[in-house]
Amino acid sequence: MSAKTIKGNRRWALIMAYVCLAIFAVFFLFPPYYMLITSFKSNVEISSQSGLPLMPSSSPTIFHYINLLTETQFPTFFLNTVIVTLLSVAISMVVSVLAAYSLSRMKFWGSTVMATGVFLTYLVPETLLFIPLFKVIGFMGLLNTKWALVVVFPTLAVPFCTWILIGYFASIPKELDEAALMDGASHMQMLFRIFIPVAMPGIIAATIFAFTVSWAGFLYPMAFIYSNDEMVLTVGTVTTLIRGDVFHWGGLMAGALLAAAPPVIIYAFLMDYYISGLTTGATKG
Amino acid sequence: MTQPVVPDAGPASHPPTGVRANQFQRFLWRRSTLAVAMVTPLIIVIGGLVVYPFTYSVYLSMLNKAETMFVGWGNFTFLFKRDTFWMVVRQSILFALTAVFFKAIIGFLLAHVINVLPDKRQRLWRGMLLVPWVMPPALSTLGWWWLYDPTYSAFNWILGNFGMHVAWLSEPSWARFSVILVNIWYGSPFFLIMYLAALKSVPTDLYEAASIDGANAIQKLIHITLPMMRNIIAITVLFSTIVTFANFDIVRVLTGGGPRHTTHLFGTYSFKLGIEGGDVPLGAAVSLFMFPILAVLAFFILRNVRQRSTEL
Repeated sequence: MSAKTIKGNRRWALIMAYVCLAIFAVFFLFPPYYMLITSFKSNVEISSQSGLPLMPSSSPTIFHYINLLTETQFPTFFLNTVIVTLLSVAISMVVSVLAAYSLSRMKFWGSTVMATGVFLTYLVPETLLFIPLFKVIGFMGLLNTKWALVVVFPTLAVPFCTWILIGYFASIPKELDEAALMDGASHMQMLFRIFIPVAMPGIIAATIFAFTVSWAGFLYPMAFIYSNDEMVLTVGTVTTLIRGDVFHWGGLMAGALLAAAPPVIIYAFLMDYYISGLTTGATKG
Repeated sequence: MTQPVVPDAGPASHPPTGVRANQFQRFLWRRSTLAVAMVTPLIIVIGGLVVYPFTYSVYLSMLNKAETMFVGWGNFTFLFKRDTFWMVVRQSILFALTAVFFKAIIGFLLAHVINVLPDKRQRLWRGMLLVPWVMPPALSTLGWWWLYDPTYSAFNWILGNFGMHVAWLSEPSWARFSVILVNIWYGSPFFLIMYLAALKSVPTDLYEAASIDGANAIQKLIHITLPMMRNIIAITVLFSTIVTFANFDIVRVLTGGGPRHTTHLFGTYSFKLGIEGGDVPLGAAVSLFMFPILAVLAFFILRNVRQRSTEL
């Protein structure tokens, strides 16, 4: 094969690649795009279908956003979600960091079985457990409170976070802790001075995972919470913003976009950490 | 805290004798006590909120609706006689298999396509194509719900220009298509990033060697890429099958299981019966039907993960 044909093949491959990417970019980005343009259209414009429905409004309005923040309970949902997410992330991270350190460095009877068990619980879906958890939350007297979510969300985050942190901790050379132990460091000092700083990419990935799980959680709040004062964003947007009248679309799209914004923003900045955490977590033992 | 210096090697390399042995044993004891103390929160979370609820759900599924009487297999035999239940089984399997198939194909294709681009462009396109997977699915599904609106929205407006009209969510087969399409949209990016990471881990000299031997692109794909990625493909597909099979958000928001229960999955159906219908034991029975399938998939995932970790 001459250099010229290789170059020609390269070019062709690149052109085909862009065509393919363009098609899928339209498929992947059209729904959020359409949500965005709908949220800036007035109800009259949406219902009359004046102009091209696929194009942004010629006279955009922020009416739906103002209405959402002043006339609905959206701010309450937002605050509840923030509280629930912060607490669940904090609990999940403390539990997983301690457990991962113990399971990766301090071998004890049953520690390998336990590491496998942690991985298996990661594979247990919410839909298998929400009914018994509904009863368990009932026993705890937490039904219809946001604290129920603070209790149950860590069960979704902890297995995966522990699993990827075990991987990250295990990759830290043993010589490092031997040296630290030699200098008289305790295990806690080692964890905070060596393991956490060195495994920071893993810690960030785990934190993003815990954040996503809590922020996007839908089934558990749907099952455990029914009053609007305790409601979180996902369920609140889906259930309360849909009113009797047909043209709730603008407000609904504005709500969905605002509620989805925090995770999207976080991913925009920390995507690389998360992806490397996710791919090493799933591909390395 | 000062501790006697005992390297990690353990008792075999340091036969403990006399005073040293005593200290050494104390150190071991402290060390394992601390180790157990550090996993205790994990044990409480997983034991109390995963293992216990699971066993409790087995018990719960054997009670009557008022939860006052033990009925044994009653709920299960009741479900076996219901056509709706069998429809849910069929729809769950159809949903999971179709969606995972297309997600895997699209993810594989896009991973290859992105891998061809220059490095800087790769990041940009990857970021853009991950958007569906980054939005909370319950909320992005609201956008799809609006797109599927029969009268005022985009899909039927586009089709209307060609004189067509589709009842996306009210006609059973279209409704089934619609929920699967949203799941493919949401899940493909996950396959994309997993495959892209796998592609990058294939040593480039393998391809170079193959080129020198005159292999074409398809031969490289079959003889190098696929064997090297086999394990990750298996793990990703199995994992995604579990998640897709156990899906709740998309169907719940889009159709609520309708029209006439045709789009229900195990998750949404057990929610309908257990939480909304007030028959908690029957709902628990429905969701327990997922367990055998999930257990089989989990077994294979574990085997693949183990294989992979011994390979590396």
